Amino acid sequence: MAKIRGSIVVNIDRCKGCEVCMVSCPTGTIAMAKEVNHKGYFYAFPANPDLCIGCASCAMVCPDGVITVYKTKI
Amino acid sequence: MAEVTGIKEIIKPENLVYKKTKLMTDKVLSYCPGCGHGTAHRILAEIIDEEGLQSETIGICPVGCSVLLYEFIDIDWQEAAHGRAPALATAIKRLLPEKFVFTYQGDGDLAAIGTAETIHACNRGENILIIFINNGIYGMTGGQMAPTTLPGMRSSTSPYGRDVKIMGNPLKMTDIVATLLGTYYVTRQSVHTPANVKKTKKAMRKAVQYQKLNKGTCFIEIVSNCPSNWKMTPVQSNKWMEENMFPYYPLGDLKIPAEQITQKTSNSEKND
Amino acid sequence: MEKELRLMKGNEAVAEAAIRAGTDGYFGYPITPQSEILEYLMEAKPYETTGMVVLQAESEVAAINMVYGGAACGKKVMTTSSSPGISLKQEGITYIAGAELPCLIVNVVRGGPGLGTIQPAQSDYFQATKGGGHGDYHLIVLAPASVQEMADFVELSFDLAFKYRNPVMMLSDGAIGQMMEKVWLSPQKERSKTVPGWATTGKPPTRERIIITSLDLDPNAQERFNQKLVAKYNEIREKEVRYEEFQLEDAEYILVAYGTSARVCQKSVQLARNEGIKVGLLRPITLFPFPSKRLNELAGKAKMMFSIEMSAGQMVEDVLLSVNGKVPVYHFGRMGGIVTAPEEVVEFLKSKIGG
Repeated sequence: MAKIRGSIVVNIDRCKGCEVCMVSCPTGTIAMAKEVNHKGYFYAFPANPDLCIGCASCAMVCPDGVITVYKTKI
Repeated sequence: MAEVTGIKEIIKPENLVYKKTKLMTDKVLSYCPGCGHGTAHRILAEIIDEEGLQSETIGICPVGCSVLLYEFIDIDWQEAAHGRAPALATAIKRLLPEKFVFTYQGDGDLAAIGTAETIHACNRGENILIIFINNGIYGMTGGQMAPTTLPGMRSSTSPYGRDVKIMGNPLKMTDIVATLLGTYYVTRQSVHTPANVKKTKKAMRKAVQYQKLNKGTCFIEIVSNCPSNWKMTPVQSNKWMEENMFPYYPLGDLKIPAEQITQKTSNSEKND
Repeated sequence: MEKELRLMKGNEAVAEAAIRAGTDGYFGYPITPQSEILEYLMEAKPYETTGMVVLQAESEVAAINMVYGGAACGKKVMTTSSSPGISLKQEGITYIAGAELPCLIVNVVRGGPGLGTIQPAQSDYFQATKGGGHGDYHLIVLAPASVQEMADFVELSFDLAFKYRNPVMMLSDGAIGQMMEKVWLSPQKERSKTVPGWATTGKPPTRERIIITSLDLDPNAQERFNQKLVAKYNEIREKEVRYEEFQLEDAEYILVAYGTSARVCQKSVQLARNEGIKVGLLRPITLFPFPSKRLNELAGKAKMMFSIEMSAGQMVEDVLLSVNGKVPVYHFGRMGGIVTAPEEVVEFLKSKIGG
């Protein structure tokens, strides 16, 4: 059976660290960084990239549109 | 651009499923972290882009947090005085009936100072879309009580909570406009979860289609958050919104076109 | 095509002239003494002939904001009202001035303050010429003195408004609005099909998006914009002054009066001259820009000047500034909706000459 795999790209500079993507992610892919971006926000990043299914939930709720989503079948 | 990525092998153009629409400009949004305005903007921009309406659209900006909206979406804009957007939109649509005309307004703008303009534009059935962002507070000026502030809710001008005996009751503008003969489609949505984003986007797409029919005003309320002035984290504010705002401002359609009702009825009859 | 002769009220003349000038939109709200304008347009139904939009708004506030929206699309749009309604419109007017949009606002002035009276007055001069709303701005202000001018100034107003991207006010009053006179009407003009480059029409991929706004949060940019406006107003002061002179050749005493008062003063000049007093009249047609230069020249030759206006003395301040101390300046005029009588002006004149 083909497995769906996803991957996200987070624009660190524009992330405001609101965490809405993190709580919207159904697979626990996203976490907040321990370090801050140049604006002082703890930015979101794919802490568990293997879990990503490319559902784009994170990107849809991101107020600042900083997440790009890719998806493929393996 | 500094970025972090997931599994690199998957990141190929052919695998792209979601990217910020090109109609959103590169300007960094002026909103606080987690504010629903940004999401609402993006949904709107996506709809205009997907429907191929960039060259046909004239938008009206409000006064309030989204006063600089014209910096963020790449279409022609007019900036209205506080509350007057529906009056501008009325004239634009009547003078340029082929264009897609919408206003984007907050609760102070639409439901307090612009009450008359809102109600009368809807009552005349102006063939425009009104997008109403309701976060129950005056955000831009620093968190004062809005017409939609909930009973007991604290703000800088209701520091002990909104006392409805002194300060009046929250105004359900969307319920009011739904009763007007001029409105064609009235709905209340939110943008805080992926499912709600999808529903809001669907509502906006409908409104765009309905405007082409020339049958009256479409009105979309988006119940939203204001983490900074509610003094919560964004995630907490969304939870608070679900628990407190939604019971008072329940999500869903308040008025759908009569044709749809007929359609639904006949469908259900068939099913029976 | 030839001009057409009709007998009309000033208010009706504005409405008919608006249709004939190819106006794209009219947005009004009833108020005495100018309701005939909206009534006339609703009866004429120009939306069926020229395509002109006519709409009764829910308030003067809404009407002026409809004008803003239409003007920002590059359309010829207008509104009309009377004093209390014009006060309500001031918010919209300052935004229109700040966004540099062309439009026509007609004020058929009645007495105030407050609800005042429904009878004619000239007590809105300050409001019309000094800004009216908040912020540093000016309207171009035209003062008709006849039904003919109420008709003619519609097209002139639009020409000036589009030339300078600035709102124009026609400052009439209840007397001229309500009186009936013969008027030569221009033939019907087609509505313009050209769209100014600055107008919002929907952004094609070939150009930058257009933003109509009066907002600039950067103080330096805002100051640059203010300076741009000042330069525009100075150009208007330089090029657009209009006035009419009446028996000024040998005048020792000069009356300055606009609109209804100017009509009264024509008679006063005749009465005074019958008694051997050399009086003349300068009638400003543009109140902004004010004919200051001409008044200053005349002040060198005259003994006294008189600002005759149906107000507590408003234009008199501009006359004083214009003559800059060269001659004594007096104000006279009735208020409360009373039109000054020609004889009263002569009596006042004699009281000052004698004294």
